[in-house]
Amino acid sequence: MSGGIRFDSVTVAYDGNVVLDSLDLTVEPGEVMALLGPSGSGKTTALRAVAGFVRPASGRVFLGGRDVTDLPPYRRGIGMVVQQYALFPHMRVEENVAFGLKAQKVARGEIRERVALALEMTGMAAYARRRPRELSGGQQQRVAIARALAIRPDVLLLDEPLSALDARLRSDMLAELARLHRELPDVTILYVTHDQVEALTLGDRIAVMDRARLRACGTPRELYRAPADEFTASFLGGANLLPVTVGEEGVFLGGRRIKVSGEAPGAAATLCVRPHLVGLGDGPNQLAGTVSEIQWRGSTHRLCVDVDGNRVMADVRELKDPPAHGDSVTLHFAPEDAVLLAAGVTDD
Amino acid sequence: MLVHSRGAKWAVWAVFLVLFLPVFALPLLVVLGASFATNWSSALPSGFTTGHYDAATRGEALQALTTSLLTAAAASLLALAAGTWAALAAAGLKRRYRRVLDALFVLPVAVPSVVVGLAILVAFSKPPFLLNGTREIVILAHTVLVTAFAHQSVSAALARLDPAYEQAAASLGARPGYVLWRVRLPLLLPSLTAAAGLCLALSMGELSATMMLYPPDWTPLPVLIYAATDRGALFTGSALAVVLMAATLLALFAVSRIRTRASYR
Repeated sequence: MSGGIRFDSVTVAYDGNVVLDSLDLTVEPGEVMALLGPSGSGKTTALRAVAGFVRPASGRVFLGGRDVTDLPPYRRGIGMVVQQYALFPHMRVEENVAFGLKAQKVARGEIRERVALALEMTGMAAYARRRPRELSGGQQQRVAIARALAIRPDVLLLDEPLSALDARLRSDMLAELARLHRELPDVTILYVTHDQVEALTLGDRIAVMDRARLRACGTPRELYRAPADEFTASFLGGANLLPVTVGEEGVFLGGRRIKVSGEAPGAAATLCVRPHLVGLGDGPNQLAGTVSEIQWRGSTHRLCVDVDGNRVMADVRELKDPPAHGDSVTLHFAPEDAVLLAAGVTDD
Repeated sequence: MLVHSRGAKWAVWAVFLVLFLPVFALPLLVVLGASFATNWSSALPSGFTTGHYDAATRGEALQALTTSLLTAAAASLLALAAGTWAALAAAGLKRRYRRVLDALFVLPVAVPSVVVGLAILVAFSKPPFLLNGTREIVILAHTVLVTAFAHQSVSAALARLDPAYEQAAASLGARPGYVLWRVRLPLLLPSLTAAAGLCLALSMGELSATMMLYPPDWTPLPVLIYAATDRGALFTGSALAVVLMAATLLALFAVSRIRTRASYR
């Protein structure tokens, strides 16, 4: 079986500065793993360790079961697409796509066929004779993807491939990438991004990284519904994180008793509720407070409500008659929509 | 634009012309005038003849021009090869060692070229390196003098080259040698041709080191110009100087043609 990536306690340090701390992660063959994290979280370093551009201080990297830690980049057989495209400006589109095949001394006739196929797949066949500088950002990124796919890699590394594109083009390209993966189900993809929408959309699984460490790893649904910690909860989708105390009698937020389905991790815990699961008006788990901020976002209103000194965000369907700043409102949420997390361990 | 008002722009142009013309342009114009003149008793040369050019474009002068062009071409190519190689090698070094290497390459520019000429003369006058009296020693001296510029210009371009290109190439399975030939050098081509032009121009005008080294059968044009003016043949010297100037400009123009084709952005 080809493909698959395995990090075995991979640590990377620059001048004694640890940028990737003992990463253990397995990406199954044919899987899309999104590495999600803020800048400086070590996600790009992890990708570069797979590509062979950084050398781990310790630990091993495996590709398709083979230890590649000591192999130079050109012997790893991986496709890579980066944020700035890095198309060779002195070559035409077709020469860019043919580059890897020529470098690997593929037969001429086969090169022509595979270049045509790769350009066809990315919808760039009509631009084969153009120079990179004559193309738009989105088109350049398509060529970069075609160039990476032409060598038929088992593993495709995507490093923030959509970050340089504007919002609308980004969502088109996201759909395009999802389609490409459906057409090439055997290709293992490591997708580095700081954008949670990209991670949630494309990832079979998401690995959340922060400050050189892997924080959580799971399917998008698992991580979204039941995040492992506060960082994951807030970075993936945004969340209300409220300090609660857990006792014999139940869970208390301030003096108020809260009903939550699920286990409590300890006496001091954090209650996590997604803003769109908080409703306005009466219901279970009622919270009364005053509106400190209200934002109209087209189809929704975001209310920021001050509940006994805690800020609670609620995203509700657009209101005909929205409350004003300073009004008293009541919020509620269903017990099954809330999760209890271990308190404050990730927060400094 | 730093200056906005129309009056101020005119003033800046006026200052520029007042400073530029007498210092840079007029002397060259006077040389051009003298090359066609028959006498020079007042401030400007007078009379008109093309006779000086008859002498300046045949026989000894023509041979000296060819010598200059060949020397410049050979020295520039050697300097470019050595400078580029050194810059590529230095790019892989640690910062401290790179500084040392840079300093070594600048040395021939920092030292007066007469001294460089003398040093080469002394160093290569005894077997086993007996080059004294050969044309190779002239080419060698020119190479030593211009390599610094080639090295500096290529190092600067290398520092600006985005490593993403070579990394993309490597990830596509290209070995380092292939990446060098197909990606790095083509991307450096604009800087390489700029460096070639600079080396060519410097070598075409080199006199002081050449004076100490040239053999009778390999006399570059600047030496001939110096000899002509030294014996008082000002008009012939001027005509030779104009030929040198024109030949250098033509060579630079040819190099810049390659350069425009090599720039992609």
